Amino acid sequence: MNDVAPAPALSPKDFASDQEVRWCPGCGDYAVLKAMQKTLAEIGATTEKTVFVSGIGCAARLPYYIASYGFHSIHGRAPAIATGVKLANPELDVWVITGDGDGLSIGGNHLLHVLRRNVDLQILLFNNETYGLTKGQASPTSRVGTRSPSTPRGSIAGPVSAVAFALGAGARFVARSVDTAQAHLPAVLIRAHQHSGASFVEIFQNCIVYNDDVFADFTARDIAADAQVLVEHGQPLIFGKEKNRALRLDAGTLRIEAVTIGANGASKSDVLVHDETNLALATMLAAMKPPDLPVALGVLYCDPAPSYERSVMAQIDEATSRMPSRDLNGLLRQGHTWTVKA
Amino acid sequence: MNIDLKPTAGRVASADLPAEALREEVESAVVRFAGDSGDGIQLTGTRFTESTALAGNDFATFPDFPAEIRAPVGTTYGVSRFQINFGSRVIKTSGDAYDMLVALNPAALMVEFAGMKNGCVVIVDSGAFTDRNLRKAGFDANPLENGALDAYRTFAIDISKLTLDSVKEFGLSRAQSLRCKNLWTLGLVYWMYDRDRAPTIAWLKQKFAKRPAVAAANIAALNAGHAFGETAEMPAGTTGFTVAPAKIAPGLYRVVSGGEALAWGLIAAAHLSGLKLVFSSYPITPATELLHILAGLKHFGVVAFQAEDEIAAACAAIGASFAGGLGVTSSSGPGIALKSEAIGLAVSTELPLVVINSQRAGPSTGMPTKSEQSDLTQAIFGRNADSPVVVIAARSPSDCFEVAIDAVRIAVKYMTPVILLSDTYIANAAEPWLIPDIEALPRTPVAFRTDAEGFQPYLRDEATLARPWAVPGTPGLEHRVGGLEKDYDSGHISYDPANHQRMTAARQAKIAGIADDIPLQEVECGADRGSLAVVGWGSTYGPINRAVGNLVAEGLDVSHIHIRHLWPLPRNLGDLLGGFDQILVPEANAGQLLMLLRSEYLVPAEGLSNVTGAPFRIAEIEAAIRARLAA
Ligand code: SF4
Repeated sequence: MNDVAPAPALSPKDFASDQEVRWCPGCGDYAVLKAMQKTLAEIGATTEKTVFVSGIGCAARLPYYIASYGFHSIHGRAPAIATGVKLANPELDVWVITGDGDGLSIGGNHLLHVLRRNVDLQILLFNNETYGLTKGQASPTSRVGTRSPSTPRGSIAGPVSAVAFALGAGARFVARSVDTAQAHLPAVLIRAHQHSGASFVEIFQNCIVYNDDVFADFTARDIAADAQVLVEHGQPLIFGKEKNRALRLDAGTLRIEAVTIGANGASKSDVLVHDETNLALATMLAAMKPPDLPVALGVLYCDPAPSYERSVMAQIDEATSRMPSRDLNGLLRQGHTWTVKA
Repeated sequence: MNIDLKPTAGRVASADLPAEALREEVESAVVRFAGDSGDGIQLTGTRFTESTALAGNDFATFPDFPAEIRAPVGTTYGVSRFQINFGSRVIKTSGDAYDMLVALNPAALMVEFAGMKNGCVVIVDSGAFTDRNLRKAGFDANPLENGALDAYRTFAIDISKLTLDSVKEFGLSRAQSLRCKNLWTLGLVYWMYDRDRAPTIAWLKQKFAKRPAVAAANIAALNAGHAFGETAEMPAGTTGFTVAPAKIAPGLYRVVSGGEALAWGLIAAAHLSGLKLVFSSYPITPATELLHILAGLKHFGVVAFQAEDEIAAACAAIGASFAGGLGVTSSSGPGIALKSEAIGLAVSTELPLVVINSQRAGPSTGMPTKSEQSDLTQAIFGRNADSPVVVIAARSPSDCFEVAIDAVRIAVKYMTPVILLSDTYIANAAEPWLIPDIEALPRTPVAFRTDAEGFQPYLRDEATLARPWAVPGTPGLEHRVGGLEKDYDSGHISYDPANHQRMTAARQAKIAGIADDIPLQEVECGADRGSLAVVGWGSTYGPINRAVGNLVAEGLDVSHIHIRHLWPLPRNLGDLLGGFDQILVPEANAGQLLMLLRSEYLVPAEGLSNVTGAPFRIAEIEAAIRARLAA
């Protein structure tokens, strides 16, 4: 037998490009980049088959810092560019990097359609509830009352929920994590990568300059355990420092409520068990927010369906197998023709 | 256009034909079919076109349908039209004024009055000229009775009733029976032009294979209309016409529309370059046809992607090119406006992209079903910043095939967007086409960069100034592209002022240099220098060429220059224009090529604008030429 040395597995730092990283010191994007490089190493990605496509914004700079192929495109359009990449070459492993302004404002239409089409991409939306690159205006995910240079008396419009939007658009994989969660985030990214079809991941990302600590109500170290529930398929929805808090469905109101096991007659058997194939449950989990309910992190929904580009190629394959000879001359001569004699 | 009316012993269509039924031989004729949207006018026109091809005539056709999908019956804005110009000579336009008008209702007659020649043969369905229909069409009095048609040779025939009589035996409903009216009329027009009905009968049998009664009724109507002419039910002195076969290059022909020629040209170009065609578009009139045709050609490996909007359509095409496909997007003016930021991205990332614009009347939504060539400056300049692209225009339906291949060749070789200008007229019109042999066309295989040695993504080829096409999946060539300015050597993001100056100049020089890779400008017709050059581009080719040709034949000192490559312009164009005392630029816009020629060459060109939505008439160009030569 020939002794073929397997290609050496790449390490996280093999995915670091030679470019100097230029986010503000302390920006959550550094942590996401680190988790991303770790994920790429873990999934055994190759630099040549991996493509990062981004739009515009702070997050959109990420492709420059990864030693793969990359396309830093125009504002909001990364899903459309990435769709074209997959239509030309479905074998490529394509990640889309977007933000709350890029993906939910100027590019909202593309995000909607890339999700409903189910193009096989990993779409990471860095949500920092602000426009960082343009110096801190209110974004489509900013909470009502956000004071910013463009909303000096507080923003008026209600925010859009990224995950609720994704579920509504028909996404088959919807997950959520936090920039600094260096164990949880790579695990979520690995799941996103495993999923065939469009995987949507919202990453709560701290913008230290324009919106510092906007997620502190569920990410601050002292309260995180009580303000987050890490969902896992088949596992009861239990959280809290003491692991005694749980989610229960109130059958009368069809609402999720947080209870303390053992208190007020709440028993373990009442606890909801996460089923990531259940769209109704995912929709309810997506809507939970503090202070009444914890923020749900992890894979909220995963119910695979054939990916768009595979189905496109299947139609083409089927058509070509029915007409195997690509006779262009024949095409031009199809239908009515006539000969003019010399 | 003078038609020589020589009575001659016509080809005898039937042995029983009375000896005195001599046919007039005509060199060419313009026939216009008009009726309600539901009258089957387009089908009638298409069948007549087929018979014209079989009769060996040269021809050009133009369908003209209402903007409304289902316009109210009997209204002037619901009139559907089909025009064909055919002859024993070379045909260059779908024709000016009509020699024959078929009007199936009063509304059709109302809108067509202006287009008829004196002595025009007018066939009307008198059965449709009811008080109600006349009112709907805006007639105060019945034009069949008040002398309004005295200047024409009018045949007022109750086509509705004769059609109903001819299909009685097939048991169709009245509405179904009346729907055969167009075939009855076609039968009569076939008799008028001495045409063979057999191919149409065969076509009807095939089309209605599953509904034999409908097929039989349509065939009966066709035969009845023909018999009406043949059996001397026509007024005395009605002779019909013959048009001798044209002398055209020998070979195998078909009818081709602009949409078809573009679609096939793109597929041929993908085949010749060895690339996968990724066509990405969003529905818009009149460009949608291309999406429909390509979506039906999956067996050629074509990916036809209907994107969520115009921007996504352009971006998906760019993404496809980045990944090594042949990215093509298509739209009409308003959609191109939406794509312009993306086209700028393709300029900056230096990726191949073909953008097809089937221009229509504007501004804004304008007149979506009417033709115009008013997006020339949009194509050349319509982006933020200095963002040069290549612009090339088709002149006729069949020309689209060659232009599409050329657009792809340039886009791929120079790593640049190429904007291909077509228009509503070209997209919808059809003409005979000498079918090319694909295998005889030059192959232009694309070589992607694979060598990692010395690779920098933006380092240019010395001759073409194109950057290498290095596609994802290639080991060792991993790189990032984007809309930010790049360093000339390394391709890394650069805000260096001198570098931006250099990169801007390099992008300009790359496009300007393509002038060395396109043919020198030739004169289509007339001398290389002289009193007056008539300069045009795009679909005005036909009327300008015919007008100049007519006047050159008269001995006037006038020449026709037709520009295909609008940016960069051919190297010798300035010198060529310098050889003429006057320059006239007829355009279906307010003077866009005019402005370009004046600014590029400082020549005293004058414009002739027609933005009526209808093609230039030969006569109006002739008049403008005469006026200038007489001055
Ligand atoms: S502005 Fe905010 S999001 Fe942008 S790099 Fe700075 S800290 Fe990060």
